[in-house]
Formats: sequence, C-alpha cells, structure tokens
Amino acid sequence: MSLTAILRELTPQVVGVITRRYRDFAAAEDAVQEALLAAAKAWPTEGVPDHPKAWLIAVASRRMIDQVRSNSARRDREQITFAAAEAQDLHDDSLELMFTCCHPALTDSSAIALTLRAVAGLTTDEIARAFMVPEATMAQRISRAKATIAKTPFEPTIDRLPAVMHVIYLVFNEGYTAIDRVDLAQEGIRLGRLLHALCPDDPEVAGLLALMLLTDARRAARTRGDELVPLDDQDRSLWNRDQIAEGSALIQRVFGPGPYRIQAAIAALHDDAASFDATDWPQILALYGTLAAIEPSPMVELNRAIALAMVEGPAAGLSALDAHPWKDNHRWIAARGHLLARAGDLAGASAHWKRAATRTSSTAERDYLLKKAARSLG
Amino acid sequence: MKFMLMMNHPGKAAYQINSWPAERIQAHIQFMKELNGKLKADGEFVDGQGLIGPDQAKLVKADSSGRPVTDGVFPETKEFLAGFWIVDVDSAQRAYEIAATVSMAPGPDGKPLHMNVEVREVMQGLPT
Repeated sequence: MSLTAILRELTPQVVGVITRRYRDFAAAEDAVQEALLAAAKAWPTEGVPDHPKAWLIAVASRRMIDQVRSNSARRDREQITFAAAEAQDLHDDSLELMFTCCHPALTDSSAIALTLRAVAGLTTDEIARAFMVPEATMAQRISRAKATIAKTPFEPTIDRLPAVMHVIYLVFNEGYTAIDRVDLAQEGIRLGRLLHALCPDDPEVAGLLALMLLTDARRAARTRGDELVPLDDQDRSLWNRDQIAEGSALIQRVFGPGPYRIQAAIAALHDDAASFDATDWPQILALYGTLAAIEPSPMVELNRAIALAMVEGPAAGLSALDAHPWKDNHRWIAARGHLLARAGDLAGASAHWKRAATRTSSTAERDYLLKKAARSLG
Repeated sequence: MKFMLMMNHPGKAAYQINSWPAERIQAHIQFMKELNGKLKADGEFVDGQGLIGPDQAKLVKADSSGRPVTDGVFPETKEFLAGFWIVDVDSAQRAYEIAATVSMAPGPDGKPLHMNVEVREVMQGLPT
C-alpha cells in the first residue's frame, strides 16, 4: 500500500479516536491534519513506523495537549478524563465521525468538504483542486463547517445515515459527472465501501455502493477525447466487467423497494445488456414506476418516459413527457428531442437540441447537444 | 455552483466614484474589502476583481486583415463592467443574497447605493 493510501485509510480512525478522547471534534480534526502532514514529511525518509496508527494518535494527542495548554480560555479542559482509547471499538468511532461530518446544519458543500478531509483523508489542497476553488477558501469552508457543528448540538445517531449516504452520492456524482476529475468518483466509492463495512446489514447502504460501482463501470466509454458519449452510443466493450460483476452480485443480494437499490437495479439492467436496444426496458420501466411511487421527482418521471418510449414507442414516451412538463430544463428538452427523432421528426428534434444547448450550464453537454442538432439536419 | 456577480458602470466616463468626497470613496472601498473578507471567511470566494475606469477602456475589433482597430465609436447607452466576483455556493438563492450585499455598498452620501448587480451561472466542463 502506498504511503498516501495508508494515511488516508487511517485518517477516519485516528480522527475518531482523538475526538473520543478529547471531546472536541474541531480541534481533534485539526490536530490529526497536522499529524498527517508530519507523517507525509517524515515517513518517506524515516520509513513507515511499525505501528503507524499509534504514531499518528501520539502526534495528534501531543498537538491537542499543546493546544489545551496554550489556550487559556480552555483551562477547564485540563479536567478532561482520558478514555481508555485502546479499548474503544474503532469502527463505532468512524461511523459516528461520518454522522458528525454530515451534521444537519451544514450545507451540502460544507458536509462534502468536511467528509472528504476528516473521513476520506484528502488534503485541503486536493479538495480545493477537485472543486476548483482557492485552497484558502476550502480551508475556511471546512473551519466554518466545524464552527457550525460546535455551536449546534446534535446526536450522531443512526437516523443520520440517509444524510451520510446523500453526501457520499454527491461526492460520487461530482466525480462521475466531471470528465477530468476521476478521483472524486473513486473517493465516493471508497466512502461507500467504508460505510458498507460499518453498516453491513443496511440494504440501502449496500444499494448505494452497488449503484456507484455499476455507474462507474461505464466511465471509460462515457467520453471520447473530451466529448460526451451517451449511453445509446457507448462502446460497451470498454465497460469494467469486474465492477459490473461486483455491483450486480451486491444488488441481487439486497434488492428491495429503496431508492438507491432501485436505481442500482436499473443500472444493473443497463450494464447487463449487450446494446441499448437489447436492454430489458420493460423491467426498467417497472422499476421507474416503483421509484416514482416511493421517491417521485421530475427526473424520475423523465427517465420513466424514456423507458416507456423504448417499450411502447416514441408517441407513448412523448405523451408521458408532456404529462410532466419541465419546459426550462435542458434534460427534459433534450429527451423530447430524442423522442421526436425516434418518431421521425428530425427538424423538431434538432430545434429541441439547440434549445437544450442554450439551457445547460455544462459546456460538455452544450457541445454534445449542438453537435446532435447540427448532425440531424446534415 | 459557481456564479459571476457583475457591477456595471453607466457610460464611458471616468468612474463616477472618483468625484465623491474622499472619505466616501474610502468607505465604499472598505465595504468591498470587508465583503471580500467575509466571502473568504465563509468559504465562498473564488475570485473578485476591479477593473480600471471605463474612460481607459478600448473597444477593439479586427480590420479586414485581422489587425486590431481600437477606439471605435461608443453608443451612449453602453454600460461598462466595473468589477466582478465569482462565488462558489450551493444555490442561486445564495448568490442572489451575496449580490444584495454588494448592492448595499455605500455611495457619495454614505447611504446604500442599491446598485443593480447582474448574476449569472458560470458554465463548467462537467455535465450536470
């Protein structure tokens, strides 16, 4: 395992231990950050210690004690009782840490930033670069997040699990949908694996991991150079079969009527198909119907309409789309364009794709839609 | 989501602010410095720049050989960008709140200007 990988894996465990010992999450996370930086500097020359976790805990603890001593306003903390940390169940610490990082008072971007540092072990600079903001801005975002947590008491209990899953999925999507930032998708999957290991009996947690694996499996086919390639045009020989196998096995084991599980099952059906047209669309249509019943949204209706078109033809799909109009949304407009094209109305399709191109904030999507618009008339 | 906030200046003259009493100019600048500080402290600041006065702006176009021709005729109604921010926020609503803060910057009488601030999303490479 590389040095970076070792440090990243140990990060949440050490943050958990120090937080439990000193009861100050914000200071503990800062102290661990400093210990990680010290390790990154010292270990390449001195070698990885025999007990790297104990090393990090010792260094972070010394930082905490120095903080306490130098901060006269916290003199009362000298009465901290030192828990017998060695006896703690460290898995509990990591889960509680994830709950804390997804505190209800935090905005999504704050929870994401804090989770990526305290749980995934990314450096502030790495997180800043991933989100294309200055490092100082990201550092402040994380500090602010911790200050918010400190002044809003809450119990890190299991009902925070949906919030943690939401943050992990956002991290994954940030990476999955970015053509040139592979790492965040991997971080999302890593966090998903960690959560699954901590909550092995929760089927939605397993469903989330399966969804990410099955979606990420298509990554290599999703772009050609820096152009977007949609699902119906992808070279399926580029899909990651190992990831598909793992994700499929997982969702088959845990399938049930939960939103992540349903989306994972849909992804598994796509990944199982030899081609877009050979996909089990009736099954996908049924799954979107179930999803619409438990977690309705305009996106679900849009996807259901597309699946309906594949089963009953474009006219049925267009009726379904028009029954749930989302007239300013570029995805809805583009989908309508696709169905018009399938129905033989190329001029209509082209006009829709041109309009959709003006409504998306993604340059990659805009370029793809303009290309389709031009080609359909050419 | 990244948004650009734009402050515009009416017309190609030197900044109107240059004719304010000195301490009102300073108050305006101080307001902007504090705004930037708050955006940085809140983890929302990506970029923020002021532009030199419109009286020093050039309008450039290419001549028939592709060479730059500067200083064309300016239409009377043209507005000029005075400065901009790029902020990274979770919603358009938050960008509008920040723009409203900008809008309250003090003017020549020390009272909030209630400036118009243009807000638009910055396009990014990633699909949405």
